[in-house]
Amino acid sequence: MKIEKNVDGANTSFALEGRLDTMTAPLLESEIQGKLDGVTELEFDFAKLTYISSAGLRVLLSAQKIMNKQGKMLIKNVCDEIKEIFEVTGFSDILTVV
Amino acid sequence: MQNWVKEIVVDSKFENVRTLTEFVESSLEPLHPSPKAIMQIGVAIDELFSNVVRYSGSSNMKLILNVNADVLTAKLTFIDEGVEYDPLKKQDPDVSLSAEDREIGGLGIFLVKKIMDGVEYKRDGQKNVLTVVKKLG
Repeated sequence: MKIEKNVDGANTSFALEGRLDTMTAPLLESEIQGKLDGVTELEFDFAKLTYISSAGLRVLLSAQKIMNKQGKMLIKNVCDEIKEIFEVTGFSDILTVV
Repeated sequence: MQNWVKEIVVDSKFENVRTLTEFVESSLEPLHPSPKAIMQIGVAIDELFSNVVRYSGSSNMKLILNVNADVLTAKLTFIDEGVEYDPLKKQDPDVSLSAEDREIGGLGIFLVKKIMDGVEYKRDGQKNVLTVVKKLG
């Protein structure tokens, strides 16, 4: 997986490419845990993300919990296959997919 | 088209999730499965194999891939010789809770139940045998 990070003031965005699974979720986790101080808008671009498993959902949930306290979190360009994963797990109610 | 079966054995190491996924994807490719079916089978492999690596204590795992080409269905059987563990007994998570109240445990196997067309577990002697069935169309 490739993670591209962009920081613009209090806005941080991550563009993810490839697979967010058991192997790669810890990479994203390490980019997020303890590194969102002062961030009020967090954005994920899933345009090139092809795949997500529960390990990836865990990371998104922990990011969402952090951002619920300090701002907002958006996920854009989600493919239909990943949208369905969000729906069956109830994550579509927790996450903001735009 | 014929029905066929292939199998692979890998060490219980997380990185072998790739080996298993590539094995299954390349084996199924001639059948032109839908991208959605392939993605969901990949998720099932990720969830079930990582469970084996984390919890079973087994040093390796065997994956048997059965294909029924007439009805375009794949059956994946995950076999390990670890401690007896039936993940299907785990209670489903409450998916209506807010982010703050969500517990993350049990999400993987719940996801597998939702996206596969069938999931079964049996203990066979010293083996855990977990089978999932997925239509490829």
